[in-house]
Amino acid sequence: MTSLFNGLLVIVLVMNLFALGTSRIHALIRIVASQGVLLGIILLLVHRHLTIPAFAVAMAGIAIKGFLIPAIMLRALRQAEIKREIEPLISPLASIMLGAIATAFAILFSGQLPLVDQNDGALLVPTAIATVLVGFIILTTRFKALTQVVGYLVLENGIFVFGMLLIEAMPLVVEMGVLLDLFVGVFVISIIVNHINRAFSSLDTRRLLLLKE
Amino acid sequence: MAFVLICFPVVMAAIAAAVASNRWRPWLLPVAAIVHLAATVTVLAGGAAGSSPVPWLVLDPPGRIVLLQVSVLFALCSFYAVGYLRYRQDQSNRVFCACLLAFLGVISLVTWSHHLGLMWVAIEASTLVTAPLIYFNRTQRSIEATWKYLLVGSVGIALALLGTFFLAYASLHAGLDSALTLESMLGHAPRLSKPWLHAAFVLLLVGYGTKMGLAPMHTWKPDAYGEAPGVVGAMLAGGVTSCAFLALLRVYHVCHAAGEDAYISRLLLFMGLFSMAVAGVFMVGQRDFKRMLAYSSVEHMGILVVGLGIGAPALFGTLLHVLTNGLTKGVLFLSAGNIHRAYASKSTDQVRGAMQLLPLSGTLFLAGFLAITGSPPFGPFISEFAILNGAFDAGRFVTGGLFLFFLLVVFIGMGATVLQVVQGRAPSEPERNDYRDGVLTGAPIVALLALVLALGLYIPAPLLAMIGDAVAFLENRA
Repeated sequence: MTSLFNGLLVIVLVMNLFALGTSRIHALIRIVASQGVLLGIILLLVHRHLTIPAFAVAMAGIAIKGFLIPAIMLRALRQAEIKREIEPLISPLASIMLGAIATAFAILFSGQLPLVDQNDGALLVPTAIATVLVGFIILTTRFKALTQVVGYLVLENGIFVFGMLLIEAMPLVVEMGVLLDLFVGVFVISIIVNHINRAFSSLDTRRLLLLKE
Repeated sequence: MAFVLICFPVVMAAIAAAVASNRWRPWLLPVAAIVHLAATVTVLAGGAAGSSPVPWLVLDPPGRIVLLQVSVLFALCSFYAVGYLRYRQDQSNRVFCACLLAFLGVISLVTWSHHLGLMWVAIEASTLVTAPLIYFNRTQRSIEATWKYLLVGSVGIALALLGTFFLAYASLHAGLDSALTLESMLGHAPRLSKPWLHAAFVLLLVGYGTKMGLAPMHTWKPDAYGEAPGVVGAMLAGGVTSCAFLALLRVYHVCHAAGEDAYISRLLLFMGLFSMAVAGVFMVGQRDFKRMLAYSSVEHMGILVVGLGIGAPALFGTLLHVLTNGLTKGVLFLSAGNIHRAYASKSTDQVRGAMQLLPLSGTLFLAGFLAITGSPPFGPFISEFAILNGAFDAGRFVTGGLFLFFLLVVFIGMGATVLQVVQGRAPSEPERNDYRDGVLTGAPIVALLALVLALGLYIPAPLLAMIGDAVAFLENRA
C-alpha cells in the first residue's frame, strides 16, 4: 500500500517538472487537470475507512480540479484567441532545473519537521512543499495571465496534498468550502482575464504597466 | 443572532441581484445596514449571549470589537453609496450592490468564526466578493488593479491556508483530535509541536499580512485603493483589513498561549516597523492622493502589528486602534472620493483649492488627515499614544523611538500632499464638472468624523469594558 502511495506521489512530482518544461498553454492546463484527478484518487486511497461524505468530497475534488476548472480556462483561452504560446522569463530547461532544486530543498526541509509515526516514510510533506514551490516558480517566471492562474492552481494542489495528512482533523464542511472558494476564484479570475484581453488586446501581464509609482 | 448577522445581508444581496430598477436598488444597502447594525447592538448589549447553536460560531470579545467597527462603518457608507450611485446612473449597479451586501455577510462570518478553517474560507470569500467592486469603473486601470488584487490576494491567502494546515498538524502531532477550533487550540496550546507551530506562524503572518497589506506584500494596495470608488476604498481599508487583522490576532492568541512570545514578537515588530517605513518612503512626494491613502493604510496596519509585537502592555491601544483607524479611514476615503469626482482627477497636478470648491469635503479631508496622523483631540491620537506608552512600559525604547520617527515622517509626507489638495485657488471652470457636496455624500462623513472626535474626547464605559474584556481574553485571564 505504502509503495503504491509513494509511487503516485512521485508521479505528482514528475508532473510538476513536466509543467515547468512545457511551453504550450493547452498542454499546461491538461497537465494541471490530470494532476488534480490524480490527487483526487490519492485522497481516496488515503482514507482508512471510506465514508460516504468523504467519498463525495474526493469526487467533488476530482470534478472541480480535473474537469470544471480546466473547462473554464480552456474556454477563456478560446475566447482570448491566443495565437502565440508562452514566452517564459527563463528557458524551459532552466525552469526544470529550478524545479529540481526546489524539490531537493523540499525533501531536505521536510526532514527537519517531526512527523506523527503513522506518516513516517510517506512522501506527502516533501511532495506538498515541492509542489507549492513549483507553483511559485510558474507564477513568477511566466507572463501570460492564464499561465499565472495555472501557477496558482499548482500551488493549491500542493496545499491539497498537505491536507491529506489532516484527513481526520479537517471537517469535511471546511474542505468543501476550500474547494468551492477555489472554483469561484478561478471563475472570477477567468472573467477578469477576458476583460484584460479585451482592454489590452493581449494576455501579457507585462502590459499591465499603467499603475506604478 | 449569528444567522441574522451572516445570512440576512446575503439574502439582501440575492434580492439586490433580482431587483430591476437601477434607481431604487441602492436603497437596499441602507436597509440591510441598519438591520445589521441593530442586530449587532442587540448582540453586544446582550452581554455573554454571543453563542449560537453551531459550536464553530462564537462571538468572543475581540470579534465583538471588529464586528462593531465594521457594522458602524458599513451603515454610514451605505448612505454614501446611495448618493454616489445616483451620480453613476449611466451604468448598472446590480453587481455592485449585490457584492457589497454579500461582503457584509461574509465579514460578519469572519468575526463569528471560531474555527480557523472556516475563518480562512470566509476571508477568501471576502477577497472574491470585493474584486468586482474594484472593477466597477471598467477602465483599463481598474482591470489592472483588479488583476493584481485577485492574484496577489489569492496567493497570499493560499499561503495562509497552508499555514492553517500546519497549525492543524501541530495539534495532530500533539495527539489531539478535534483540531482547528479556537477552544481546543487554546486549551492545548502548550502541547503543540513547536517546529510546526513556528512554520505555521510564518506562513500565516505572510498570508494574512498580504490581505492586511503589510510591506513588502502591500503591492496590490495602492493600485486597488487608487482605482476603486471611494466607498469601496473605505470598506477595503476599514473592513477587509480589520478582518485580516482579526485572523492574525487569533494566530497571535494561539502562539501566545503556547508561550512563544519571544519568537513571534520579533517577527511582528520587524514586519510592523518595516511597513511603517515603506509607507513613509512612498508617501513623501506622492502626487496621487488616493494612492497616498493606500500607503496610509499600509502604515496603520504596521502600527497594529507593532502593537501586537509589543504584546500585553500595548494590547489595549492596539484594539482601540482597530476602531479609530477603521472609522477615520472612512472619513478619508469618502471625502477623497468626493474630491476625485468634482475634479475628475486624483493628482495634485490638477487638484487644488478643494476647500474653496468643496468647502465640506475639503474640510473633512483635512480633518481626516489630522485625525489619522495622530493629532489630538481625535481618536487615533489616544490609541497611538497608548501603543507608544505600551512600548516604553515594556522597555522597548528602540521600537518606541522608531515608531515615533516613522509617525513624524508620515505626518510630513502626507501633510504636504493634503495641503496641496485643499489649499490654493480652485482651477477655472472648464477643468471641473458640476459635482457639489450633497446631503447623502456629505452627512455620513460628518457622522464618521464626529465618532472619531468623540472617541478622542471620551470613551464610553461599555466600550471601555468591551476592550478590557478583549485584552483579558487575549491574555487568557478570562
